[in-house]
Amino acid sequence: MQVIVDFDVCESNAVCMAIAPEVFEVRDDDFLYVLVENPSEDLRDKVEEAVRRCPKQAIRLEG
Amino acid sequence: MDAIVVVGASLAGVHAAAALRRDGFVGSITVVDAQAHRPYDRPPLSKELLTGRFGPDDIGLRSAVDLDVTWRLGSAAVGLELNSSGADGAALGGRLLLDDGELAFDGLVIACGASARTLPDAGGPDAGGPDGVGVLRTLDDALALRSALDDGLSSVVVVGAGFIGLEVAASCRQRDVAVTLVEPMAAPLGRILGDDVGLALAGVHRRHGVDVRLGVGVQRVTAAAGDGSGCDVHLDDGSVVTAQRVVVGIGVVPNTDWLQGSGLTIDNGVVCDETLWAAPGVVAAGDLARWPSARFGSMLRVEHWDHAVASGEAAARRLLAGADAPAFDPVPWFWSDQYDTKVQLVGMAGADADAEVVSGSLDDDRFAVVYGRNGRLTGVLGVNRPRHVALMRARVEQGISFDDAVTAARDL
Ligand SMILES: Cc1cc2nc3c(=O)[nH]c(=O)nc-3n(C[C@H](O)[C@H](O)[C@H](O)COP(=O)(O)OP(=O)(O)OC[C@H]3O[C@@H](n4cnc5c(N)ncnc54)[C@H](O)[C@@H]3O)c2cc1C
Ligand code: SF4
Repeated sequence: MQVIVDFDVCESNAVCMAIAPEVFEVRDDDFLYVLVENPSEDLRDKVEEAVRRCPKQAIRLEG
Repeated sequence: MDAIVVVGASLAGVHAAAALRRDGFVGSITVVDAQAHRPYDRPPLSKELLTGRFGPDDIGLRSAVDLDVTWRLGSAAVGLELNSSGADGAALGGRLLLDDGELAFDGLVIACGASARTLPDAGGPDAGGPDGVGVLRTLDDALALRSALDDGLSSVVVVGAGFIGLEVAASCRQRDVAVTLVEPMAAPLGRILGDDVGLALAGVHRRHGVDVRLGVGVQRVTAAAGDGSGCDVHLDDGSVVTAQRVVVGIGVVPNTDWLQGSGLTIDNGVVCDETLWAAPGVVAAGDLARWPSARFGSMLRVEHWDHAVASGEAAARRLLAGADAPAFDPVPWFWSDQYDTKVQLVGMAGADADAEVVSGSLDDDRFAVVYGRNGRLTGVLGVNRPRHVALMRARVEQGISFDDAVTAARDL
């Protein structure tokens, strides 16, 4: 599973970070960092939830 | 359950339908909407669509793409007949009456949202008001304002400093339109965030050149005196503001008229139990659902994007899971973008809550506020502080003490 964020659309509102902090982090510079681009399968539910709950529809999952 | 009908092809309805499929429902799903547009996302209507960053093709709801449902767009629900349930209450379902037919169902998701309130006496052309008075709720509303902006609109009066009004004011300023913002309360969003924070946000708008008038209401709107087009907005302090357009953002009313007499309880929304169940086989979600929250100790009706997604999913699960479904009691969350200012609230604040600024100051354009009641944390507001909001969200869910929350938030 690969996490792809469209950074042109992402607004750093950190919704994904609240749901899956293992994968997403918005730092003090207000930018989103994807901590693990290929998270393990046990994180799939959380990452899929982040995809659905991202208000900018900025996250995609491949695989 | 074989046939589920969803009323409303917007955020709550689409996420309900998607959740039904994800959870393995193989029967038929029909999604009905009065509008003919493909499902679209509303938040950009007052933001990127007005500033010109997005066009109508950029705001489709991604979760609606490839969804295995039958769309029935352009059909309005006009009535509901529920099967009389047997003594054991087991018979589910009924018939949904449309303006162009009807649909039988075993399960129904009511997700037809809300409509913008208009000014009682001068709500626009159909309420006897002049041309140029509008609201902002639908794609068509937004496109009308967008084309006025593209045609060089030079002045606008925004009535109501709620989220929609503040965002419209910001988007119009970003396009160099002269904006007057009129709000009858002492501060924007005072009831939601308290007057201090509301006045701080008013300051943001003033710094961007908005003429913010607080504590003054609108008496009536008339066609502009003299030869020019546009409107005269008569305020109750006696002054008159003239503008080419008036955008009214004074809240919404749930779309429940068509449910009168159906047997559902309608009271400021569709009244549900704590699992979003409104009647046998009928659930509600999104802006029009009203349900008892144990967490906040009251009936809630929430008009935010995230709530529409979460309640849509929960309502779908309730239909499939039956009475074992867990109570729906999340912590609400919303955001609003105005200029470069990102406002986010997780949980509840309120005018009379205890409030403590934990980062920055209200004079900056970057601060965070922790809200509490009876010694407990109830909400966290971030203005350009997304990390604070994200990291405090779990603590709001846990309901830790207000003092601990202030300490924790200061350390972030
Ligand atoms: C301009 C704007 C900006 C916003 N910005 C934000 C934001 O920044 N952050 C945030 O958290 N929230 C925001 N929101 C709120 C968010 O968009 C709503 O909470 C959300 O759209 C609610 O979804 P819903 O599906 O319950 O209802 P709606 O989106 O209102 O959809 C209801 C659907 O039902 C249909 N319908 C109505 N009556 C009938 C009928 N009788 N028969 C058939 N169909 C019917 C309507 O056509 C509509 O498509 C914004 C809303 C607007 C309008
Ligand atoms: S939720 Fe979406 S918009 Fe927000 S930080 Fe994550 S990817 Fe960006």
